[in-house]
Amino acid sequence: MQKTKLDPNKRSIWQKIHIDLPLLLGLLTLMGVGLFVIYSAGGQDWDLIKRQLIRLTLALGVMFVVAQIPPLAYRRLSVHFYVVGILMLVAVLAIGTVGKGAQRWLDLGFMRFQPSEIMKLAVPMMMAWYISRFNLPPRLLHIVGGFLLLVVPTLLIAKQPDLGTSLLIASAGLFVLFLAGMSWKLIGSVAVLASAFAPVMWFFLMKDYQKQRVLTFLNPESDPLGSGYHIIQSKIAIGSGGFSGKGWLHGTQSQLEFLPERHTDFIFAVFSEEFGFTGILLLLALYCFIIVRGMIIAMRAQDAYSKLLAGSLTLTFFVYVFVNMGMVSGILPVVGVPLPLVSYGGTSMVTLLAGFGMLMAIGTQRRLLSR
Amino acid sequence: MPPKRITIRDHSAEANLFARRTVITLLGIVGLLCILISNLYYLQVTRFQDYQTRSNGNRIKVLPVAPNRGLIYDRNGELLAENRPSFTLEVIPEQVDDLDNTLLELAELLAISEEDIEDFRQELKSQRRFKPVALKTRLSHEEVAKFSANQHRYPGVSVEARLTRHYPYADTLTHMLGYVAKINKKDLQKLVEAGQEDNYAATYNIGKQGVEKFHEDRLHGQVGYQEVEVNNQGRIIRTLEFQPPIPGEDIVLNIDVKLQKVIQDLMAGYRGSVVVIDPNNGAVLALYSNPSYDPNLFVHGISSKDYRKLLQSPDRPLINRATQGQYPPASTVKPHLALLGLEEEVITPQTKMFDRGVYQLKNVERPWRDWKKWGHGWVDVTKSIEVSCDTFFYDLAYRLGIDRISDMMVKFGFGDYTGIDLYEESDGNMPSRGWKRAKHNQPWYIGDTISVGIGQSYWTTTPLQLAKSVTVLVNQGTRYVPQLLRGRYVDGQMQLNEPRELAPLVLKHPENWDVVMDAMYGTVNRQHGTARKAFRNTKYISAGKTGTAQVISIADGEEYDAEKIAEHHRDNAMYIGYAPYDDPQIVITVAMENAGGGSSQAAPIARQIMDYFFTIHPLESYAENQVRPE
Repeated sequence: MQKTKLDPNKRSIWQKIHIDLPLLLGLLTLMGVGLFVIYSAGGQDWDLIKRQLIRLTLALGVMFVVAQIPPLAYRRLSVHFYVVGILMLVAVLAIGTVGKGAQRWLDLGFMRFQPSEIMKLAVPMMMAWYISRFNLPPRLLHIVGGFLLLVVPTLLIAKQPDLGTSLLIASAGLFVLFLAGMSWKLIGSVAVLASAFAPVMWFFLMKDYQKQRVLTFLNPESDPLGSGYHIIQSKIAIGSGGFSGKGWLHGTQSQLEFLPERHTDFIFAVFSEEFGFTGILLLLALYCFIIVRGMIIAMRAQDAYSKLLAGSLTLTFFVYVFVNMGMVSGILPVVGVPLPLVSYGGTSMVTLLAGFGMLMAIGTQRRLLSR
Repeated sequence: MPPKRITIRDHSAEANLFARRTVITLLGIVGLLCILISNLYYLQVTRFQDYQTRSNGNRIKVLPVAPNRGLIYDRNGELLAENRPSFTLEVIPEQVDDLDNTLLELAELLAISEEDIEDFRQELKSQRRFKPVALKTRLSHEEVAKFSANQHRYPGVSVEARLTRHYPYADTLTHMLGYVAKINKKDLQKLVEAGQEDNYAATYNIGKQGVEKFHEDRLHGQVGYQEVEVNNQGRIIRTLEFQPPIPGEDIVLNIDVKLQKVIQDLMAGYRGSVVVIDPNNGAVLALYSNPSYDPNLFVHGISSKDYRKLLQSPDRPLINRATQGQYPPASTVKPHLALLGLEEEVITPQTKMFDRGVYQLKNVERPWRDWKKWGHGWVDVTKSIEVSCDTFFYDLAYRLGIDRISDMMVKFGFGDYTGIDLYEESDGNMPSRGWKRAKHNQPWYIGDTISVGIGQSYWTTTPLQLAKSVTVLVNQGTRYVPQLLRGRYVDGQMQLNEPRELAPLVLKHPENWDVVMDAMYGTVNRQHGTARKAFRNTKYISAGKTGTAQVISIADGEEYDAEKIAEHHRDNAMYIGYAPYDDPQIVITVAMENAGGGSSQAAPIARQIMDYFFTIHPLESYAENQVRPE
């Protein structure tokens, strides 16, 4: 039965090149939407669009390449990847380049490089490798081990400081543990521990500007022209979009530049203003489609490592979307996470699509594992 | 890693576990999405109106647009007050980061004086929020270019082109026309009280004096509004709606600026004033006060140095002598008094008396002297006016009594505002028993009445009042209010105002008018007339009366010697006149402070004004071929 299904003659061209067509279509549609919104948010600047197109092409190229690599190879490389990532993070803290008040980059001479991006992939890979070595559900000891693997890079990145990325990496690791079947009792204990950790974070780890963000989030109207300005203008943009929006290129909050970070972190506000509630529902549907597709790939994956990695990557993608939309619409503090596939720029685009490349590899190269 | 490990695993159990966890996470995702969506629904649907309002509040600003001030023309269509574009450097203090530093740099860039900066700082204190404050006015094109090149360095500072008032005739019309200047706190208060604050939201200048002040409501117009879309820098992106302002009325004055200019030249060097009125309707053809000053100085904010100079000048140029100067009318009111005497039948045209140069009351030691030491001999009322005999009028006043004099002279307009369309006016004083009691708490003495007979004592009048009283004489009782406003231009058509007429002064014996007017004719045209010399060989026939007012009383037995008396104690020279005699077109009063005699100083000026007037308006029927009756 499996043989016939895997008959080489019946494999489609997409499977031959290891591309998951529904996923690809979903990604391309979102990217297209992104280009339209960037065009509007960036003041109809064609240069911006060109640069984004180049970046998207590059990222899609990376995805294609990554999709060709067999999942087994990822599994073998997980540890190396992780160790190199940790070393680079330490290097960043020691000799990294400072920009925008944070130390995130490594200057390699010919390019500046953000090691925390590697960790977005390395952490779920490492966690999946570590957990899948044992029988599932994992025992307490393994879970503690997993936590250690997770906490080190999270803290290193939080120290840079880059709260958004450390949050994403932490959730990527936690998803692995959760999907692996970590017991509910443990989950409860971790939740209690985490809430106990929160004051520690507040007093010892968070920088002043991060604390300010949280305070502003709790009450943006306290400083409407200062730190609360972003979120107030963003909510006005979203709210004034109404049910059907002001129309493409007609968002006054964005076109008249009342909205900050229009084409990057706050692009969702521009989208909401111009396309309204209906537009938002359609956009969310697109994201849900990608997430569901990713989870299907994860469920169909044939070994624990692939399942956990695929699931973690997909769920982290959701965290991306949720955190961004949540912060722009005022239900989460502003943590500097772009709206994936739509926001302009960023190394994150490449990492993100590399992740989707892995998903596709897992989704299309199943037979290699089963042999 | 040993592959053996995998083989002993329970794959299907692990797959089930994974599937369960996947379903749970998907449920979690759905839950989170519900939170997200319900929040977005709340923002976009439930509170849509609220956020829409705030969004519009961000981008839409309503800006008032100042109406163009109405232009002012003279009766011949000469432009007296116009609006010229001028460049002003303006600062919106709230948009400047470091005001002190900005001022310092701008002062260097554009050579702004210390004084300008001082004025600017004063202005700041009283200015409304976000209203621009002028830092330097009347920028040259070069300065505009210089600033524009550096503008990006100075947020909140800009060069604005505004229409500002300009008075092409400068000091010729100042007192009558007035000027506009910056709205100050007091003006603002008045505007608020009048409910006009909004109408002036975009207006910078307001009428401060003269016609500009009196006809402010006509000239100002109605403010317009511009609804604009602005970006986060406050820069205007586009206009959404424009409700244009309604410009002020273009008004026409009765003034003839050419005549006014002639008068200005004649009055050069004197302190005094001239009023010319058309007796047929009360139109004020000329109203000039000397010395004058340039009203344009005030439009852009006069420097305190210049202002102090004007304020402290002993010649007091800021006063409108024609309407605010109060002088004893002296002999110029003899015709009025004669008329009263005739009307009250105290005298007849035939009544004669012998003037020996002194008037003496029974039981009163003090003599009242005639201006002619040895007297005029036998005089009747006509000759008394012609030669300006004082004694006759001492006696007449004595016999009339102050009550009858006061009552009648008030009807001529003495002691009251003329009603001219100017706020700068004094009411003069027509003394009476009641007035003296109220003012000085003294009874009225007979001696007071005697001096009133020659227009002295407590009697003061403005030159305009005097002119108005002459129009009543000339019109034989018909009374008009002197008016500067002639009408307005509507679509290029002049719409004239009706003259303002008061209830006429009716005599029991109207023929008495002719007696008095004949005597004024004689003053100019008969052998002994005091104005004969001044009006010799005119091509028209005029009538008039001279007056020489004592500024200080001369002690008994002392001679008046102009040369020996300090200048400001010298006599005021007065003249009233009209022409042509039998169809009067103009009434003139000339009042010259400390200039000397009315016949030698004031009458010649009146003559030259009339000469000019009848050259410009030749009236064949009154020309030289007319017979002058003796």
